[in-house]
Amino acid sequence: MSEMLAVTDLAVTIQTPRGLARPVDGVSFSIAAGEVFALLGESGCGKSMTALSLLRLLPEAGSIAGGSVRFAGRELLAMSEQEMREVRGGGMAMIFQEPATSLNPVMTVGAQIAEVLGVKGEAARLLGVELLDSVGIPDAGRRLDEYPFQLSGGMKQRVMIAMALAGEPKLLIADEPTTALDVTIQAQVLDLLDDLRKSRGMALLLISHDLGVVAEMADRIGVMYAGQLVEVAPRDAFFSSARHPYSKKLFAALPDMSRRTSLLETIAGSVPAPTNIFKGCRFADRCGFAKSVCGSQAPPWVVAGEGHSVRCHFPDAENIAVQQLEEIRQPVSSHAPLLETRELKLHFPIRKGIFKRTVGHVRAVDGVTLALAQGRTLALVGESGCGKTTVAKAILQLLRSSSGSVMLSGQELTTLSNSGLKPWRGAMQMIFQDPYASLNPRLRVGEIIAEGMRTLLPGGADKQKIATLLASVGLDADMAGRYPHEFSGGQRQRIAIARALAVEPRLLICDEPTSALDVSVQAQILNLLRDLQQRLGLAYLFITHNIAVVDFLAHEVAVMYLGRIVEQGTVDEVLRNPQHPYTLALVAAVPSIVATEGKDKAPPLSGDMPSSSHPPTGCHFHPRCPRAMDVCRREYPKASQLSATRRVHCQLFL
Amino acid sequence: MMPFIPVLLWSDILLWLLVAVCIAGAVMARRSEHILTSWRRIAGSANGMAALTVLAAFFLIGLLDSVHYRPRLAQQTGVSISAANYGVEVLSLLDALAAPLKNNSEKTYSAPLATRLFSKETIEEAVVGTDGGTAAGTDARIVRDYPRLIYGGAHLGADTAGAGQDMLVTGLIGAALGLAVWLVMAWLLRAMLPDGRGRKSVLATLAVLLLIFAPLLALSTHYHVFGTDKVGQDVFYLTLKSIRTGLLIGTLTTLIMLPAAVLLGILAGYAGGWIDDVVQYLYTTLNSIPGVLLIAAAVLMMQVVIDTHPQWFATAAERADARLLALCAILGMTSWTGLARLLRGEALKLRELEYVQAALAFGVPRLAIMLRHILPNVMHIVLIAVVMDFSGLVLAEAVLSYVGIGVDPSTISFGTMINAARLELAREPVVWWSLTAAFAFMFALVLAANLFADVVRDAFDPRTRMSP
Repeated sequence: MSEMLAVTDLAVTIQTPRGLARPVDGVSFSIAAGEVFALLGESGCGKSMTALSLLRLLPEAGSIAGGSVRFAGRELLAMSEQEMREVRGGGMAMIFQEPATSLNPVMTVGAQIAEVLGVKGEAARLLGVELLDSVGIPDAGRRLDEYPFQLSGGMKQRVMIAMALAGEPKLLIADEPTTALDVTIQAQVLDLLDDLRKSRGMALLLISHDLGVVAEMADRIGVMYAGQLVEVAPRDAFFSSARHPYSKKLFAALPDMSRRTSLLETIAGSVPAPTNIFKGCRFADRCGFAKSVCGSQAPPWVVAGEGHSVRCHFPDAENIAVQQLEEIRQPVSSHAPLLETRELKLHFPIRKGIFKRTVGHVRAVDGVTLALAQGRTLALVGESGCGKTTVAKAILQLLRSSSGSVMLSGQELTTLSNSGLKPWRGAMQMIFQDPYASLNPRLRVGEIIAEGMRTLLPGGADKQKIATLLASVGLDADMAGRYPHEFSGGQRQRIAIARALAVEPRLLICDEPTSALDVSVQAQILNLLRDLQQRLGLAYLFITHNIAVVDFLAHEVAVMYLGRIVEQGTVDEVLRNPQHPYTLALVAAVPSIVATEGKDKAPPLSGDMPSSSHPPTGCHFHPRCPRAMDVCRREYPKASQLSATRRVHCQLFL
Repeated sequence: MMPFIPVLLWSDILLWLLVAVCIAGAVMARRSEHILTSWRRIAGSANGMAALTVLAAFFLIGLLDSVHYRPRLAQQTGVSISAANYGVEVLSLLDALAAPLKNNSEKTYSAPLATRLFSKETIEEAVVGTDGGTAAGTDARIVRDYPRLIYGGAHLGADTAGAGQDMLVTGLIGAALGLAVWLVMAWLLRAMLPDGRGRKSVLATLAVLLLIFAPLLALSTHYHVFGTDKVGQDVFYLTLKSIRTGLLIGTLTTLIMLPAAVLLGILAGYAGGWIDDVVQYLYTTLNSIPGVLLIAAAVLMMQVVIDTHPQWFATAAERADARLLALCAILGMTSWTGLARLLRGEALKLRELEYVQAALAFGVPRLAIMLRHILPNVMHIVLIAVVMDFSGLVLAEAVLSYVGIGVDPSTISFGTMINAARLELAREPVVWWSLTAAFAFMFALVLAANLFADVVRDAFDPRTRMSP
């Protein structure tokens, strides 16, 4: 195979107020034509910086300190800016994580593509249609005249890919191309990238933190840690026998079915700051198996197999904590439901005109019936925009429902006044998705935790209680005097959990509590949640789009589509044997790290979720459903009880 | 019996209250790590500290000018001792310190550092060599010449040839004194400020200020350093007195506007619904009326009220003060809209943030949420707006006084000085010094305020703040 890109000893430095940072420190790898090379690692490991330095698009304070980047036989680092401009786009192109901010909102799609193409008029239009066709955008001619806000997230990412393809690049750099997208859309985009690579013989540098995505896409994998590659391996070798302790720990931190009865492996500490000066192995502090040589001597590259090398002193050691974890007993569950919602509806009126006349409704939640018992976890899954968070807010009475009922321990909440709700506030609490937005930056941790206690508990807040709470989520008591900005994302999420626990709730609603966190930190939080459930008998309503987390944590699952539950049942029923076509597609769309060759996968769902202000007639899912029938277009299917615990809304089972 | 009775003007009370609030705020801020970090960034910035030094000098003068009293008149024979008479004129500490400047009024215009008047007049000159005691009229000669000033260079006597040399010597002595003062201050500041760019810049600014003002002060005891105006008042004195007016307008207006802007802005953004509609309607309406027109109408109405109720005011100073305060209030009424709009937008954003949602889930009352979660997180905007508005308001006063709807004509302000300069510029030769002096002082004040505002914004705006 000819080497298209060869990077040797690439080093990047950035001037920061805290000294010289080395986000990329001696990275070497190569990519052959038509190959997919994946850079894998947690945030802050230097993956994106590596990609940007290949294009020489570093931030102003950054500079390439050394090494060489040879692309198609030419040294990029020696090129003039003029020559470099031809390489960008024509030789290499890049797509970014956030499609929403990568497109100019005031230019039509066609104009933006024409800008990249550098041609005008009819020629630009023809080429534009061709490009949009090639990335699978239906009705390309019309889409060219639309503005970015008229496109969905997946559509925007396709447009971004089309723009990247405009210069017919030989290498496409995709920086977390699907992280901001839903799983079903992610599957579409990954499929597209794979097709394009095959049809154009393009090489792909894929940057991702998601082992599943990497497993589906990559030919070879490079694991990055603290600015260095620590392991490079072909996919099969990597997923069957990763050698570096960091890689192994990443695998062990992944939640899935097989780890239901145990705790997840976590990596203590966090990625060291790029301003650190390293002496020995960069992972030594967090390794757990470090010996004295690891602290004093940088490990050499060790060849571990065909094309497989690892930077570790002890690559052959069985250096992973093999399930030394205690067996976890299943919590006793009573069957009287703690939380019950019946036909819960929440419609937001759409008002227009000077008199604010109601012209329609956004049916964010349209008849949701759920039941959750003490000590159990119910996972609510679905794509973004399907109304999961609105359900949570309606249960907490942060938003008042339009109709239906919410019962907590047999008490109807929807009819209570704000003051009548007060005694029930403590019984249900919520943990939010973004740990950076969920803590008031102007308050100390102690004050944040005390807020609920002061309002809801008769005893108020005292130092002793706060210290106990902090200890129970694995933080030190003296952290109460510090401000949120001094903490990492995982620590902040622990503080948010402590705040919720402070008022002794029985029901905890977790709204994607780990989706903003790295895998190893996610594992810590999931372990903590599991542990708290054991000790305190909490019930969780766990809102997520991550099926693996559901598999690990939940007892029951409810799948939501466009404001309604389409299928619900126990985890085993729903995830092992999905019945509703939507559940089927959702489960199939999750990239898996188990060998995928030959597995018959359902094709990814086409299209996007419709808007909840104009839901399709009949079954909401019929426009995307591969098995849609005539009756589906006419009427919404009633529930069919498939077993004692399982209900599906689909005409197929009526 | 006291040699004076203190007079508390309303604007004095408010200004000193403001000083007290600032000190209290500083004490509170010492406990908050967040605010302290931002102020440390300001302390580390050369621009910011230089601007702050200049502002501090202005504020010192303004505050000296805000301690008012009425002196006891000298006892006249035949008046009973028990009933002491106090003058109707209200003086300030600055007036007392600058008594020579205030009292040494010439007849009319004289150029900076001049010893004679600006224009020729017909004067009688005694004929030298005749006997005293005879009728003066017969021995006096009528000449047309530049009359000798009464106070400017009076110590030189009739011979003004040595004036240049005298000024140089006095100036140098002043500079030397300034240097001495600077050394003392530098020694004091060494102990007070941490080492760094900030302190260097403070010292450099102080050096420049002292090198300019020490010679000026030394000279001003014998000369009119900035000349005199139409009625012979020292322009240097007028500019010093203008500082207080500018500062008052800049600070008190903000003080009056802040509660309205913060309350309405946050309420509109957080509460939403009809409250939001009402507040928006209010500020849209206010904004759509031409500002100067609205201010002119309000000022004229207020002037009528003041003029028809002379019994409310014991002295002319109190009446002028009432008018100044009223102007602040009127400017405040019309200028809260911008900040309120900003705060509404910010509150709209914060309302949806998860920590507010979390507080709602705890059943925290809405008022407490606004106070604990919204207000502290918009304070940086308030602070930035206050500092930014200051310079704009100082300029607004000048414009309003220029068109005759500003402060009381008896109040000395940059605006009234500039207004007077209208006629002076039409003269031939041009009387340029009052306009220049007013311009230079106002420019320094506004520039310092603007530079400081920029630095404050950089330090407090979370978007420009680097992650800690």
